[in-house]
Amino acid sequence: MKEIKVLGPGCPKCEQLKKNVEQAVAASGVECNIEKITDMLKMSEYGIMITPALVVDGEVKSVGKLLSPDDIAEFLK
Amino acid sequence: MGTKCSCECGTAPTLIFSCSGAADVGEMADQAARSLTREGKGKMFCLAGIGGRVSGIMKTTEAAAKILAIDGCPLNCARKSLEEAGFKDFIHLGLADMGLKKGETTLDQTSLERVIDEATRLLKQEK
Repeated sequence: MKEIKVLGPGCPKCEQLKKNVEQAVAASGVECNIEKITDMLKMSEYGIMITPALVVDGEVKSVGKLLSPDDIAEFLK
Repeated sequence: MGTKCSCECGTAPTLIFSCSGAADVGEMADQAARSLTREGKGKMFCLAGIGGRVSGIMKTTEAAAKILAIDGCPLNCARKSLEEAGFKDFIHLGLADMGLKKGETTLDQTSLERVIDEATRLLKQEK
């Protein structure tokens, strides 16, 4: 199972990234656990300074970008 | 979509990396980076994370608006670490170029302010 984390304070861009992740996961059929992290202290544990950020299996894949479901699907392969 | 962010998400920061080396000039570089951060001229970031290729630090650095590397001595470890990690487009400030010599530099306010002023000038100059 893949562990996906969406890091962001909860603004529209961050929320949209979470929706795009959910869409990508549903389309891929890959079993994933999706978590939204809004706590700044927890976010800092990943060494990021820009949000939204996407973390897949502990690795930061992107920061400051609203990735499309197609972009996200690349990380689920 | 008509939705506007009011937060600072996606705002690319100016990142400051200091060699923070063991010598007196490394300490000076470190203190300058911290002072610049406190003054809001950028955000000090972890050079060790670049060396360790920590994904969050790498991705944040890739997304930075500007990068300033401050090196205490002519070994230029901060510059070389960034270059080894694939970063080419950054501002470099070498304290040796300012006449501050390794082993002969006292961390006093006057010297620190000189370094901060020079870093500020470089940050303003570079787009």
